[in-house]
Amino acid sequence: MPDRFCGHCGEQLGEGLGAARHVPCEQSLRLEPPRFCAQCRRRMVVQVTPTGWTAQCSRHGELSDVRADVAEGAEGPEGPEGAHGTG
Amino acid sequence: MNSIIERARQQVLADGRGLDEAELVEVLRLPDEDLAELLALAHEVRVKWCGESVEVEGIISLKTGGCPEDCHFCSQSGQFTSPVRSVWLNIPELVAAAKETRATGATEFCIVAAVRGPDERLMTQVREGIEAITAEVDINIACSLGMLTQTQVDELRAMGVHRYNHNLEAARSYFGDVVTTHSYEERWQTCEMVKDSGMELCCGGLIGMGETLEQRAELAAQLASLDPHEVPLNFLNPRPGTPFGDLPVMDGRDALRAIAAFRLAMPRTVLRYAGGRELTLGDLGTRDGLLGGINAIIVGNYLTTLGRRPDADLDLLDELKMPIRELQKTL
Repeated sequence: MPDRFCGHCGEQLGEGLGAARHVPCEQSLRLEPPRFCAQCRRRMVVQVTPTGWTAQCSRHGELSDVRADVAEGAEGPEGPEGAHGTG
Repeated sequence: MNSIIERARQQVLADGRGLDEAELVEVLRLPDEDLAELLALAHEVRVKWCGESVEVEGIISLKTGGCPEDCHFCSQSGQFTSPVRSVWLNIPELVAAAKETRATGATEFCIVAAVRGPDERLMTQVREGIEAITAEVDINIACSLGMLTQTQVDELRAMGVHRYNHNLEAARSYFGDVVTTHSYEERWQTCEMVKDSGMELCCGGLIGMGETLEQRAELAAQLASLDPHEVPLNFLNPRPGTPFGDLPVMDGRDALRAIAAFRLAMPRTVLRYAGGRELTLGDLGTRDGLLGGINAIIVGNYLTTLGRRPDADLDLLDELKMPIRELQKTL
């Protein structure tokens, strides 16, 4: 399913001029993890680690970007759902 | 000698005495055509008084978001409409993050919590986390848990915390424009208690928050008077939903002048690149800063935002022939 919402600002992704509005968001997402679920716009629970991040949507599961190349020898997150407690 | 650069060469490089606040204003006002000479001097000062090596550190957010304070630069304040949600890291993931950090060659691992100060739940999590890390990872552990009581300072010291981070954030004269939920004096008091305890004090701030050059110099001078072991220098990364979210990213040349000024204020201090350098300086500016007074970096990601790939920074240090500081258990 194509993304419906911007992971940075949470607004609806459009086409043409609508999509162009999110070019700065795409640039921001090079230096930060997504905060909004692209499917449902829920705010995700995000954990950043020194070499990666995970973003959990309560409806659509987890996204992650763990840089395994530099984490060699390190134990990764515990399975696809992670092990985060929410405060 | 009229040039501030020539005066600094004598006073700071030769004699090891930092510049005062008025002199730092002169440094921050130097024109762009003097920037290369300024950075070269700051680098000479760093090498002479600190050595060639660079200290590498990783940081992790143990408790993210939901902070009751209103630091206007911070996406983790519960008072703003930031998209950052609250989350606690569990102990196995904390240990994994420490291992990731050590694998980069880093010798410091800083555990950070977005709080006014630690409550018993957080102190327990920190205690258990430190015990678990110490059992598996050979790395110095630092903490940043907000304002402390003397009892908490003593507890952290007893846990084996090597260094404690508590930034001044801004110059005293600008602090009220940045934070209203606690005072500059409260921050200073925690810093003094940490120093007195024997833990190393890590204390820096942010620049590019709308402060004047005079206030930037004031922050450097106030940090110099506090004399921390380490000064992390952050450049504002305007976060959506925060009061400073619409401020412009600071000019890279101004950032480099500030790096040199902080080095000339504190010739012997560990001066660390902290948040915002990717946005403010980019790859080229990162190199310029390492050749302009910086002698420590945060490797990898930050608390809620992403940094450069660790291997990019480590390759740069290798290219610049700057060795990574070896692990030393000083406490």
